[in-house]
Amino acid sequence: MSLITSAIGQGLLWAVLGLGLFLTFRILDFPDMTVEGTFPLGAATAVALIYRGMNPLLATLCAFLVGMVAGLITGLLYTKGRIPILLAGILVMTAAYSVNLRIMGRANLSLLGKSSLFKNDFLASLPQYFDSVFVGLVVIIVVTLLLVFFLNTNLGQAFIATGDNPTMARSIGIKTDRMTIMGLMISNGMIAMGGALVAQNNGYADVNMGIGIIVIALASIIIGEVAFGDLSLTQRLVAVTLGSILYRFVLLIVLQLNFSANDLNLLSAIILAICLLLPRFRKFFHFDRLIERSVRDERNN
Amino acid sequence: MNATTNETVNADTATETPLLELKDVSTVVNAHTANETKILNGLNLTVYPGDFITVLGSNGAGKSTLFNVIGGNLNADEGDVLLHGKSIKRESEEQRTRFLARVFQDPKLGTAPRMTVAENLLLASKRGQRRGLIPRGLRRHLDEYKTMASTMNNNLENRLNTATGSLSGGQRQALSFLMAVESKPELLLLDEHTAALDPKTSQQLMTATNDRIAADHLTCLMITHRLEDALKYGNRLIVLNAGKITFDVRGEEKKQLTREQLFNFFEDL
Repeated sequence: MSLITSAIGQGLLWAVLGLGLFLTFRILDFPDMTVEGTFPLGAATAVALIYRGMNPLLATLCAFLVGMVAGLITGLLYTKGRIPILLAGILVMTAAYSVNLRIMGRANLSLLGKSSLFKNDFLASLPQYFDSVFVGLVVIIVVTLLLVFFLNTNLGQAFIATGDNPTMARSIGIKTDRMTIMGLMISNGMIAMGGALVAQNNGYADVNMGIGIIVIALASIIIGEVAFGDLSLTQRLVAVTLGSILYRFVLLIVLQLNFSANDLNLLSAIILAICLLLPRFRKFFHFDRLIERSVRDERNN
Repeated sequence: MNATTNETVNADTATETPLLELKDVSTVVNAHTANETKILNGLNLTVYPGDFITVLGSNGAGKSTLFNVIGGNLNADEGDVLLHGKSIKRESEEQRTRFLARVFQDPKLGTAPRMTVAENLLLASKRGQRRGLIPRGLRRHLDEYKTMASTMNNNLENRLNTATGSLSGGQRQALSFLMAVESKPELLLLDEHTAALDPKTSQQLMTATNDRIAADHLTCLMITHRLEDALKYGNRLIVLNAGKITFDVRGEEKKQLTREQLFNFFEDL
């Protein structure tokens, strides 16, 4: 039971990453590698600030802002500098590694004996692992509501149109460069905030904690899409969170099969690859028709 | 007939102030190399409010380049572009959308495929305006969009909540056209907007186009390869050749023009 609770809690906290990456990967329609740098950047910023005595909520907010700066740099390199997005992201990601070491002063910084978002009397009164479920739920609800509001404003619609058809967007007066930069900033801000939350939950920040992050964030997006199919935009955002929780369940099952934690990135990549291949398999083996037929037969019986 | 009747302006329009002027506009590709060529070569064009100009010209004559220079996708290397007498040469494509709308030949270019028909119409209604953090209010406009879509006579009004990507090419191009004229732009550029459609759909869209331009008194330039359309529609016809306007008729003179005369003119080029 506690394993399941823990998986749900982790799923909710990590869903912030999935939602952040959704803005670039699904709406702007490109893979942003910056996230591998912004995730530990957010973690390092929050942990270093809390370590020096800052309020954890304020420190998490600072992580969001620092993440936005990283997104801004990638955005400027991509739009104004005309550097391909993959390369722009890798440049900022690489630079962030050194910045993270500077911020923390060492490779690993513990919050042992310091405060955090997960340390207060109310959360302590909850059963084990329910603290991350509670914090994760609050964060996800707030973030999802804000995103739904934003995407349904005139600005949000212009942002969606930029990813959907930049030529058309420019032809009706949308400043597509500005929209792209804005998307990268919000996205990376959210991912840095995710890093800050995960680090506080773990009790430490590590300079290597960004490796494989993009795969985990993508997994929650793709699993959500594979599991729930055709949805409206708002539903798709909720599906990302559910996908993130499902991904934790899959990991839980796989780890029960006696894989070590060192195999985690290999397993993440395999899970994501399988999910990405599912639509191909479906076509190949005519799964759709098989399922349809079995449903029809059942009804007839 | 093939005399260069550049700027033969009728008496009634001569007193009007021009909407758009292109003065000695040239565009150069491969500048400072052996392959240096001028696509537009000292082109002059004056467009008056209410003009509906059909633009003819063989491939490579510079028709699309002309539209790109007006639309701001391409800067004129020489000469000037004026709107209401003021130079807009330095304005970006986005800035020019406050007075200008454009429909492309490819139906895919004019609409956002994953957004619905209504969402696309809403986006285009804010052409050239600031887009802020204000709720979009899509539902308030649905009735208005239904009426608008029904003028296209192709069932578009019943697909308002469909993603644009799953429309037929004709419906999609009709939507692109509606999005262009929705905010009544001062200048409308149609770049062979019916060319990718089948003859019947193409005819339907062309009729709807003509009706809409007449009803809203829009000023329009329309590139076409169909001589019939060039003759039938608009009050003025121009022919581009080698980056210059080599033929320019309007009013009665255009009405008298026959397909054969026009065809012969092309033969002589």
